[in-house]
Amino acid sequence: MIKKIYLIGNPNVGKSVVFSRLTGVQVMSSNYPGTTVEISKGYLRLGEERVEVVDLPGTYSLEPSSSAEKVAVSLLNEYPRNEMVVINILDATNLERNLLLTLQLVEAGYPVIVSLNMCDDAGHRGINIDTTKLEKLIGVPVISTCAVTGLGIKLLIERIKEGSPTVKKSLTNEDRWKEIGAIIQQVQSLEHRHHTLREVLEDASVRPLTGLIMAAGIIYASFKIVRFIGETIIARITDPIFSNLYQPVLEKLTLCWQESGFWFHLLIGDLIDGKIDFKQSLGVLTTAPYIEFGMVLPYIVAFYFILSLLEDIGYLPRLAILLDNVLHRLGLHGYAIIPVLLGFGCNVPGILSTRILESKRERFIASTIISIGVPCVPLQAMIFGLLGQFGGFYVGGVYLVLFSLIIILGLVLNRIMKGYSPELLIEIPPYRLPPLATLAKKLYFRIKGFIVEAVPVVIAGVLVINILLYFKLFDFITAIFAPFLKGLFGLPKESIVALVIGFFRKDVAVGMLMPLGLSAKQLFISATLLAISFPCIATFIVLWKELGLKDLIKSTLIMITISVIVGTALNFLIPH
Amino acid sequence: MVSLEPNRKGRVVEILGGASLNNKLMSMGLYIGKEITKLSHIGLRGPVVIKVGRSILALGHGMASKIMVEIE
Repeated sequence: MIKKIYLIGNPNVGKSVVFSRLTGVQVMSSNYPGTTVEISKGYLRLGEERVEVVDLPGTYSLEPSSSAEKVAVSLLNEYPRNEMVVINILDATNLERNLLLTLQLVEAGYPVIVSLNMCDDAGHRGINIDTTKLEKLIGVPVISTCAVTGLGIKLLIERIKEGSPTVKKSLTNEDRWKEIGAIIQQVQSLEHRHHTLREVLEDASVRPLTGLIMAAGIIYASFKIVRFIGETIIARITDPIFSNLYQPVLEKLTLCWQESGFWFHLLIGDLIDGKIDFKQSLGVLTTAPYIEFGMVLPYIVAFYFILSLLEDIGYLPRLAILLDNVLHRLGLHGYAIIPVLLGFGCNVPGILSTRILESKRERFIASTIISIGVPCVPLQAMIFGLLGQFGGFYVGGVYLVLFSLIIILGLVLNRIMKGYSPELLIEIPPYRLPPLATLAKKLYFRIKGFIVEAVPVVIAGVLVINILLYFKLFDFITAIFAPFLKGLFGLPKESIVALVIGFFRKDVAVGMLMPLGLSAKQLFISATLLAISFPCIATFIVLWKELGLKDLIKSTLIMITISVIVGTALNFLIPH
Repeated sequence: MVSLEPNRKGRVVEILGGASLNNKLMSMGLYIGKEITKLSHIGLRGPVVIKVGRSILALGHGMASKIMVEIE
């Protein structure tokens, strides 16, 4: 009786896609190793039974060398072997390397079924595999699958019950590789194919000169496309909805309340020149939805679209190797570029994905760098919104300060922290054109994740500020911090409210700063301070969960120190 | 491996460093006697990119310098 099915395979073989085919549970997959950091579980109907399916983290071997691999192996031994089946997923385009794990699984006596995945891609690359012969040689069922299209999945499910433990003597890894060599000789035949454009591009992106040119081009184009998509959504969709549909409704509503009353203040906010100004009114029904849906969301959609596309094509590991030499000096290695890039969308998923880094030291450095120096989309929308009117010089200035901070902070942390960071060792995946459906699904997940996380906080944030403002409770805090703000950062006392609000949500702070009529220099300093001081509350909670209390305090002290130093330095260095 | 020129083939003859590095590389298909092709080497002590069988691996500079390769 089968009670449990485990999916195991090398990283980046399409395991997560097979998992969602089997269980209907939607999980994200990316074209780089190590996507599955959390263990997903789902159910498969097998005849009358509902069997639990567990998707294990990608592993190259049953002799684990990373924490994710250790998890995979320990889970595998939780259940008696006669009540489980292990589906070993193989990448048909790279059969040789994948077979080591298969041999180890069979030798260890697990009931194994092999799913030879990505068979369509193998076909394109001129690789033919004789599955019947392979089945005979390794002694377990082998099914050709193509999880992306669903090909072979039905057959795979039908043959699950054929999985039974075999007895085989245990070999050393050296002998296994010899045996694999012999198996490959018999089952795999290669047709000679000319180099395709894809292979030329794959090759060019890992060479120093062409790689850097490609990287610069791709980053520049991504930035342009994100801005273009974002601006188009705002001009064509969100702004018309807000001003043509939403504003008239609100104006009708305002007739129901007295202008200076509590409810009016709470929901609508202040009228600017007798009208609702979505950016400055600061009401729960006005500025709160406008900031999230009218200013931030369009760029979130654009950003995650481009990032997901680059991710699924398989470009990110190539960027990782180009930047490894720089990141190595910051106590990280090239792979840390993945959390950093995700952090540019929203710091929360960025910090969560530092799990792909091996050591605690690296995770601390990466998380601290992300919280301080990587501006998320809402923060960037704010920087552009506040400083854009003064020209690219000021906007670029904030980015320059942030970039310099990342470098300095990394260099310092790498020097003073105990231990050393491990070296880069990654497999570079082939380029794959992601099916539109998977891309759309992923985009949907990420946007949904953002909305669920951001919108309640924004609305609650605006609500709380309005209550505090109405009862003049901020005056107390303002009075305490005023000398400090004025003396060190050259900011008026009212800006403390915005800086405090920045702790809840960066994007709400923009609505607070705008009506203050600050000078370009003051806006530049407040925008920079908002970026480098505390991250928003959601990021803070994730930092706590990921780093633990002690490291969170350390990281926070670093943030406070840097904010004070940088704020003061900017105030005294920049001429009026 | 570090001093091997790009586009040249070589055979791994020795992997200096502990058993854990050896095991890790072994499980990814890089072991003594295996033939590799060096694809590139990113400057300023950047990683070395090699082709092993059908996979492309990137190894940090320090790790690559522990792998001795014999030119064929």
